[in-house]
Amino acid sequence: MDKYSIIIVGGGPAGLAAAYGAWKSEKFRESDKILIIERDKELGGILNQCIHNGFGLHYFKEELTGPEYAERFVRMLEDSPIEIMTDTMVLEITRESEGIKVCTIGKNVGYTNLYADTIVLSMGCRERTRGAIGISGTRPAGVFTAGTAQRYVNIEGYMPGRRVVVLGSGDIGLIMARRMTLEGAKVLACVELMPFSSGLTRNIVQCLHDYDIPLYLSHTITEIRGEKRVEQVVMSRVDENRRPIAGSEVVFDCDTLLLSVGLIPENELSKTANIELDMRTGGPVVSESMETSSSGIFACGNVLHVHDLVDFVSQEGERAGISAISYVHEISQGREKSDIFKLINGANVSYTVPQRMDMARISNNTTVFFRVNRVFAQSRISVTSGGVEIVSYKRTHMLPAEMERILLPKKILERANGDITISCTEETR
Amino acid sequence: MEFDLAIVGCGVVGAACAYELSKYNLKIVVLERENDVAASGATKSNSAVIHAGFDPPTDTLMAKLNVAGSQIAQNLLVELDVAHKKCGALVLAFTEEDEITLRNLYDRGTKNGTQGLKILDRLQTLSLEPNLNPALRAALHAPTSMIVSPWEYTLALAEVAVQNGATILLEHEVLDIKQKGGVFEINTPKTKITANYILNAGGLFADKIHNMVASPSYEITPDKGEYFLLDRNKGETLKHTIFQCPNQHGKGVLVSPTVHGNIIVGPSSNDPPKGLFDVSHTAAALERVAKTAKLSVPDLDFYSNIRNFAGNRAKTNRGDFIIEAAADVPKFVDCGGIVSPGLSAAPAIAIMAAELLQEAGLRLEHRAKFNGSRKAILFKELSDAEKNAAISQDKSYAHIICRCETITEGDILWALRSPVPPRSLDAVKRRVSAGFGRCQGGFCSPRVLEILTDYYGCSPTDILQDLAGTELLFHETKTGQEGDNMDRCSIIQKEE
Repeated sequence: MDKYSIIIVGGGPAGLAAAYGAWKSEKFRESDKILIIERDKELGGILNQCIHNGFGLHYFKEELTGPEYAERFVRMLEDSPIEIMTDTMVLEITRESEGIKVCTIGKNVGYTNLYADTIVLSMGCRERTRGAIGISGTRPAGVFTAGTAQRYVNIEGYMPGRRVVVLGSGDIGLIMARRMTLEGAKVLACVELMPFSSGLTRNIVQCLHDYDIPLYLSHTITEIRGEKRVEQVVMSRVDENRRPIAGSEVVFDCDTLLLSVGLIPENELSKTANIELDMRTGGPVVSESMETSSSGIFACGNVLHVHDLVDFVSQEGERAGISAISYVHEISQGREKSDIFKLINGANVSYTVPQRMDMARISNNTTVFFRVNRVFAQSRISVTSGGVEIVSYKRTHMLPAEMERILLPKKILERANGDITISCTEETR
Repeated sequence: MEFDLAIVGCGVVGAACAYELSKYNLKIVVLERENDVAASGATKSNSAVIHAGFDPPTDTLMAKLNVAGSQIAQNLLVELDVAHKKCGALVLAFTEEDEITLRNLYDRGTKNGTQGLKILDRLQTLSLEPNLNPALRAALHAPTSMIVSPWEYTLALAEVAVQNGATILLEHEVLDIKQKGGVFEINTPKTKITANYILNAGGLFADKIHNMVASPSYEITPDKGEYFLLDRNKGETLKHTIFQCPNQHGKGVLVSPTVHGNIIVGPSSNDPPKGLFDVSHTAAALERVAKTAKLSVPDLDFYSNIRNFAGNRAKTNRGDFIIEAAADVPKFVDCGGIVSPGLSAAPAIAIMAAELLQEAGLRLEHRAKFNGSRKAILFKELSDAEKNAAISQDKSYAHIICRCETITEGDILWALRSPVPPRSLDAVKRRVSAGFGRCQGGFCSPRVLEILTDYYGCSPTDILQDLAGTELLFHETKTGQEGDNMDRCSIIQKEE
């Protein structure tokens, strides 16, 4: 039977980086077979429709568009022995005695089962919809998630609206506010439920301020009107509990409502593999090597937790790829047991990735991503274990919208004698 | 165009009548105002339940046709290959008063002819459905209750009618009807139709259709029902359709699995719409629905809601189904006031309507070759061997378009080649459930749109979301050309 060393599910930035990481790893041997399965016609995932620039500042130290960023990785894999199946989708992942079984469907492979020693999950995420946030009113055409609208404009080349209101100030919403404006549409407002934007500051400036698009914080859309196509949306101010305030309604005459109201890691496949998920991130619980609760199955990118920047997705993908190829050669020699410490969310931390530390396998520097649950000015990040602080970091500001990361050197992590807590506090000057 | 019989409306009742009467040597036309069958009105938006028949008061048409219709449906749904499941229903009692109601329902159901009714005690009920509120005291179990896809049911009835010679004219709203020389002249925006007999299955518009040719005999007041549809991953919560006892607080709401694996919660009641076309959903009504539903299933997870929707019931001032020839126009037969259990009763309504037409003089002579079956092919429901066979014959079956529901390009092309093909994204959704899942078409709608434009050889701007007027895309980017939608836009700008 043909068996792969690694099957990577999803050929977006996370999957591409995982393939690259595995191939370039010192553990990689010529006999190792790596396969990327991508459901779209080409590699690159959602980057292909992100034609704006701003990608790659961390990873490539230059500013690229989405398709350029994807192309860099595709090129980097050009001379590799990595197999690629596009127009192919994975339907189910299960564990069998022969290895991990990947039920696959595609025009070239048909309906078939592939087997692998390890899997890297890199399926990305999907957008929250109108149903998930329950906006009242009629159900006409003209309500799109921002990403779907982006596809219509940038890939299909058609305009889904002329007079547009954007709900949610997530990055895709902000980018689409600018994009629709550049294509001749009138964007009337960007409406945000929270008292702060959930997008990157640079996007607020470059996509809203530069085009005089008003941002309404602590507001939401409470009603959609229009029988066939959107005709109006009603905006209301919300109180501190995010409940609409009666009497604060403002009506916009528009034909389109774009929703940028959050992304959900797409873990339907992970569920078929019985992988433990973290309610806070919506993605799998992973160790610092990106290994999920199911031995030999790794996860990276937006399927794990929603990132702000693709650069960090790539970094995480490489880490998952390196871990997967190491695992392939470790199991052939018998894998040693190790202490597993949990990473605990302390004060003001809403989640961390990884959620576990596999102490025997930590690398020289472990990146921990986390998000804070409120806006911070001068602040301090404290890492403790057994009630003792093992290291701390300072920040001049932190926002829930911007993912934080700290680098934990191996010699510091070795001071931990049990579960590790990360917490954030405001510094009084 | 001349016909023996014109059926007005292609909801489930119109389609069932077309199906039933296509068994006879008749020239039949079905006139539907919208661009698809089952595309609007109560057939599009309802609880998707084929009721067992214990609820309607004994000796009403509702009771008689509910029981008869659901009995016919048991075989019919198999013959038509329509997604359905005999999952049974439970009516829950929480108070002593409710327990009396249960016994009344049991007696009434038995009189109505509902089979297999049984009153279960608390533990029996909870062992059938462990996720129910443990505070319940008893339940009425109706094992013959079914769930169904109302759109597929309607579509299948319409398809069989077409395959036996009936004509379905979409976007043919009936504007007026005149009687001339013993025949009806029916005016639509597109053509003039003449017919010897009319069967009125006009749903919410049935009274208006009736009044075009006969003297008024009933009046419809729409009554809205609003719903939640929860994600498929919550489908395991329940196995039965769960009802509550009607009491002084209202009729209660149902919580039920659907044939697509979702959970449906609703409908709201005492929720008057602003007009026939108002099917908006409101926070207030849905909050009431959610609160009431939690009495049955306390842990219902409304965060997994993927869509809200609403439909209008065609309530009349007469309280029962109105299935009769118009008093002053005997060749005009009404099927009016078809509220719940209309979906359940539809095939029995059709038989009764056919008898009325026969009494009015329509000759019913059996067609020599009636082909009453239909086969639905959905890739994801095939066995592994069938899947491989399908792909080896047609590669488009290996191309997944809707990732949430695992719908292939082949499935969509199959729908496009069917007797009543879809023209819009939602029409595709109603047939093969592409776009029905948790991303609500976010990923697949551009791909479905591409398949439709390729198939029809039209521009993407020609493809609608759903009914006429639901434009999706306006014009190409950066061509300097505007679509033909500028009028509305400039009107809005003038108002500023």
